[in-house]
Amino acid sequence: MNRHGHFDGLARLLHWGMAAMIATMLFLGVGMVASLALRPQLIDLHRPLGIALLVLVLVRLYHRWRSPPPPLPADLPPLQALAAKASHVALYALMLAMPVLGWAMLSAGSFPVRMAGAWHLPAIAPQDPALYAWLRDAHGVLGYALFGLVLAHLAAALYHAWVRRDGVFDAMARSGAPRNTRPARSPVDDAPAPVAPPPGE
Amino acid sequence: MTTPPDDPSAPARVPARWPALAAIGAIVVASAAAFGWTAGWIGPARLTAPRLVDAIEGGKPYPGFRRAHSKGVCVAGYFEPTAQAAALSRARVFAQPRTPVSGRLSIAGGDPYALDAQARVRSLALLLKTDDGQEWRTAMNSFPFFAVATPEGFHAQLIASRPDPATGKPDPARMSAFVARYPEVKRFQAWAKSAPWSSSWANTAYNGVNAFRFIDKSGSERFVRWSMEPLAPYAPLSEAERRQADPDYLREDLQARLRNGPLRWHLVVTEAERGDPVDDPSRAWPEDRPRHVAGTLVLESSQPQATGACRDVNYDPTIVPDGIALSNDPILAARAAAYSVSYNRREREIARGQAPQATGAAAENAR
Repeated sequence: MNRHGHFDGLARLLHWGMAAMIATMLFLGVGMVASLALRPQLIDLHRPLGIALLVLVLVRLYHRWRSPPPPLPADLPPLQALAAKASHVALYALMLAMPVLGWAMLSAGSFPVRMAGAWHLPAIAPQDPALYAWLRDAHGVLGYALFGLVLAHLAAALYHAWVRRDGVFDAMARSGAPRNTRPARSPVDDAPAPVAPPPGE
Repeated sequence: MTTPPDDPSAPARVPARWPALAAIGAIVVASAAAFGWTAGWIGPARLTAPRLVDAIEGGKPYPGFRRAHSKGVCVAGYFEPTAQAAALSRARVFAQPRTPVSGRLSIAGGDPYALDAQARVRSLALLLKTDDGQEWRTAMNSFPFFAVATPEGFHAQLIASRPDPATGKPDPARMSAFVARYPEVKRFQAWAKSAPWSSSWANTAYNGVNAFRFIDKSGSERFVRWSMEPLAPYAPLSEAERRQADPDYLREDLQARLRNGPLRWHLVVTEAERGDPVDDPSRAWPEDRPRHVAGTLVLESSQPQATGACRDVNYDPTIVPDGIALSNDPILAARAAAYSVSYNRREREIARGQAPQATGAAAENAR
């Protein structure tokens, strides 16, 4: 459960851990299709990391359902609130789609989906050149889209942190537990905060 | 915070926003630039996989065909390891009594209509899939070592051998500048000049050329190179025969031989000794290195590549099972990168119906 209008520890761990992994994956992805020197090593990281992200996004969606995130500030302009909601839907959709597309693409191209050592995953799509070409293009194009969304998400997060200073960034960056530097909250206030802290806190 | 919370647009707040917005903009631009640099879109011109394949295509690709070694046939058969092979590598392929093989025999060059008998280089690509689902893919060539040591050298060779539009032949000045810069190519040129021409795909030896590591059950590693050595007896193909041969001479010869029975090669694994060049495919290892017969390849049938199983396969030599691992040979990594680009381009062309010659649809329509 979130408390004090902050994401809880598991949500924050999933968010920042996956953020680092997704950033790594995006750079691995564009790097390995260009590099003449590093492709084998990069793709050997890309495959298991992608499958790990698929598992993690499922865990994260379940956790988000069980423990909803704190609401956006009440004074956020409606257009920004809509952009925030829509971009989160798109981020989750792409976090789910990218590993599935990658896995299906390798299957359609009859590549082994190797994880580590002798361990590999079964094919999830029939071998077919038309299907492979479609999935390969989708994986690439949506990868660029995900990078664009991640940048927009980063920019918006920093906008909340540095320009609006409305607690939205804090909600993901910190636990919300009482700290010496801020006005202490009631230690018994363990229930989920009904609304975010007022802007200008 | 001095701004009253009920008036976030108060003018007093505006001046403080610009440094923050500028910092956000700078972070976004820097991230995008790092991404673009990694992708090879921006920054100093770097030899990337797509650029190498562009050079191989030379501006005129044949849609749906492999960008190199474009002409060939699919083959099928099986592999049986020898008893000693399992001591060299714990790969399943050396433990399992028999592994099905799907492969491809081809000639070097980007022209799918090239003359079989004139091709100096012949190739054999194999895909071995063991009962646990692991795969070993390898693409071997009739040359004993690669022409150059690096992908940059290979790119320079492609550019230097491009025909001069005025003469239709490579510019000798550019060619000699290339040889001066990459002198290792002289060994390859000597091989191309002097090596005997055998009469068939079946009596040709194919060499993996790149070094790999074999890992045994105890986890200890050895650097190896492998070759497929034909059991079919050598017979020469004279210059006069090469000139007069049918354009599809090798395919016809192969089909005739397969009608009489399967064709066999020994998988010979050569071990490196300390100090041997394991990351330079342009240098052969000394002749006296330990050689092990690790198994027998048996090819039983062939199919046209337009409709055979090998068409939609990327024989990426870096797809290896547990028990076989890569070396730091730069040509090996570059092959994986370039094969992938070639595969993606041709599969896309096939998917979009732009490759009737490659899929046999053209022949079908003409009927």
